[in-house]
Amino acid sequence: MKTKIITGILALTISLTFGQTAEERGLQIAKAAEEADLGFGSSTVELKMTLKNKNGQTSERFLETNTLELTEDGDKSLIVFNSPKDVKGTATLTFTHKEGSDDQWLYLPSIARVKRISSNNKSGPFVGSEFAYEDLSSQEVEKYTYKFIAEEGSNLIVEQDPVDPKSGYTRRLVTYNKDKGYRIEKIEFYDRKNALLKTLTYSGYQLYKGKFWRADTFNMVNHQSNKETILEFSNYDFDVSLTDDDFSQVALKRAGN
Amino acid sequence: MRNAILVLFMLVAHTFVGAQSEVPQKVIHDVEVELEGEYRYFYNKGQFQGQQDHYPSIAIRPEYSAEWNKGYESINFKGFARIDRDEARTRWDIRELYYQKAKNNWELSIGLRKVYWGVAESNHLVDIINQTDAVESFDGEDKLGQPMVQFSWITDDWGTFDFFYLPYHRKRTFAGDEGRLRFGTVIDNDDLNYESGAEQWRQDVAIRWKYFLGAFDIGLSHFYGNGREPLFVFTPTGGINAFYPVINQTGLDVQITHNAFLWKLESIYRNADAQDFLAMVAGLEFTFSNIDGNGLDIGLLGEYLYDERDELALTALQNDVFFGSRIAFNDIQDTSILLGGIKDLKQSSTIFSVEASRRFGSSWTAEIEARVFSDIETSELILSNFQDDSFLRLRISRFF
Repeated sequence: MKTKIITGILALTISLTFGQTAEERGLQIAKAAEEADLGFGSSTVELKMTLKNKNGQTSERFLETNTLELTEDGDKSLIVFNSPKDVKGTATLTFTHKEGSDDQWLYLPSIARVKRISSNNKSGPFVGSEFAYEDLSSQEVEKYTYKFIAEEGSNLIVEQDPVDPKSGYTRRLVTYNKDKGYRIEKIEFYDRKNALLKTLTYSGYQLYKGKFWRADTFNMVNHQSNKETILEFSNYDFDVSLTDDDFSQVALKRAGN
Repeated sequence: MRNAILVLFMLVAHTFVGAQSEVPQKVIHDVEVELEGEYRYFYNKGQFQGQQDHYPSIAIRPEYSAEWNKGYESINFKGFARIDRDEARTRWDIRELYYQKAKNNWELSIGLRKVYWGVAESNHLVDIINQTDAVESFDGEDKLGQPMVQFSWITDDWGTFDFFYLPYHRKRTFAGDEGRLRFGTVIDNDDLNYESGAEQWRQDVAIRWKYFLGAFDIGLSHFYGNGREPLFVFTPTGGINAFYPVINQTGLDVQITHNAFLWKLESIYRNADAQDFLAMVAGLEFTFSNIDGNGLDIGLLGEYLYDERDELALTALQNDVFFGSRIAFNDIQDTSILLGGIKDLKQSSTIFSVEASRRFGSSWTAEIEARVFSDIETSELILSNFQDDSFLRLRISRFF
C-alpha cells in the first residue's frame, strides 16, 4: 500500500514538475505526508519532557498521550500528567478541527472539575516549555498555506504559512524526507517579526507496523532565549484499538484519577 | 456510624473486585503522599469569646490507586487528616475510596467519591453531590467524601447521563469554640437535625445530563434528598435552630466558549416545605494570552450573583458582583495569582481575596491566600459575624 502510494506520488511529481507552481508542489508534499501517515487508527505513548534553561538547569515532566485518528475531521487526543507530583492527574482532552478552533477540556483532579477552556491561546508555551500549544496540536493540512522551497537529496523543504492569525509564527520551514514516508526531519519557526525563533529537530526515527514513522526524540531549541525542551517518547503502542468512548469527558476524569 | 458505612462500601467494592480478578492481570499500583504545613493569621482580635489569632496546622493527604484491565478497572483512595488549634478543624476523612469499572459507553463507580458540577468561579450553586468541608477553606471548594453508586452512560448523539444513588448524608463542618469564621453561637453538629425521619440514612437520588455542541457546554441536573445546606431559623432569644430539609433542586449550567471569551451561567431552583427559592450566577471570563511572548496570561473575570433568599443566603451572596483577575505565568514553576473582590450591590460590604501559588523544585509547592472583609455592614445577618476575620494563610506542601 505504502509503495503504491509513493509510486503514485512519484509519478505525479515527475509529470507535474514542469507545469507546477511552488505553491502547488508545497501543498502536494504536505498531502503526501498526511497520506503516508493515514490509517494508524489509535496510539498510546509515554513521554518525558525535559526543560532546560539558558544556564543548563533542567526540570522534568512525565506525561501519557492517547491519540485517535479521524479522517473527516481532526484527531482527538488525551494527555495526562504523571509528574510533577502536585499536578499529577491533570489532564487535557482536545478535539482538533480542520477548520475553526479546537475544542479543549481540562481536568483538575484536586477539585475533580472538568473545565472547557479556550483554545485561543495557540502561541503560548505548553507547561513552561519551548513548545507552543500549536506545535503540539494535530497537524492538519488545512491549517497552513504552502510553498515549495528546495530539494536537497531526499529532503524537500517547504514553507508553511499558518492560516490562523492567532498563530505565533509568520512561517515555518519544514524539511520532509521523501524516501522515508515523508517524515519530518526538522522545522524552523519564524516569529511574527520574521526572525528565526526556534528549531525543532526529530531524531531516533522508528518504523511502526511497517508504515508509521515516529521519532523517539524531539529537540526544540529557542534561539532567542537560549532555552531548550527535549521530548523523549517511549512505549509506542499502535494496537490499543481506542474508540470515541476513550475520548469523552467521562474518560478524561477517569484518566486523571 | 460513619465508619460503618465506609466498611460496608469497602466490602461491596471488595466483592466486585474479587469476582473480577480470576484471570491474573497486570495491576499498576500508585502511591502518593502530600504533607502540608499551614499557618493562618487573623490580624484583628476575634469578635467572639475563645477565638484565637494564630492557627498553626499540619495536614496529610495520602493517595493510592490500583489499576488493571488497561485502566478500565481501578480502586482509588484519597485520605485526609488535619491537626489544628481549632478542634473542629482537627479531623480526618476519606475523601475518596471507590471501585470503578468502565466498558465501552458506560462507567460504574461504587464507594466514596467527589463529583464536581458547574462552570462559575465565585459561587458553586449547581454543585450538590458532596457536602462542603466548610472549615477547610473559605471558597467552599473542599468537599467531604460522599458514599454513592454512580452510573454514567455516554450516548452517541444525546450527550452523557449520570445517575447517582446516594445512601448516606454527611453534615457540613463548622468552626469550633476556638475557631474563626463562625457565628456567635458555635454550631454543634449534634444539634442539627433532619426533616426526614430517616435522618442521614435517607436514600437520595440525583441525575445529570451533560451535552456539548460546538461552543456550547450544557448541564442539566436534578437532586432529590437531604439538602447539603442546613436551614437556619433564628430564635427570638438569639439562638439558632437549624436542620437539614428534604429538597428538590433543579440545576442548569451553561458555558459558551468563543475565542478568548467564556460566557457562564449557573442557576438553581430549590424547593422544600420550609423554603422555595431561585439563585443564579452569570458572568464571563476573557483572557489576554501570551501578552509578553513569554507565556504571561491575564484573565479578567466578572460575575453577577443573585439569591432569592436575600439575607438568609448562607453564602451571603444575594445581590453581589464578583470581579477578578487570573494571572498565569506559564513558567516552569506554574506560578499563578488570582485576585478578586465580591461587592454587595446595595450595601458597603466587600470581600477582597488574593490567592497565589508556585512550585519549588519538583516536589514542593507554596500557596498564599488573603481574605479581607471590608466595610461589612452590621446589619448583614451572616457576614457581620466575620467582620473581624480577615486573614492571611500560608501553605507549604511537600509531595512524596
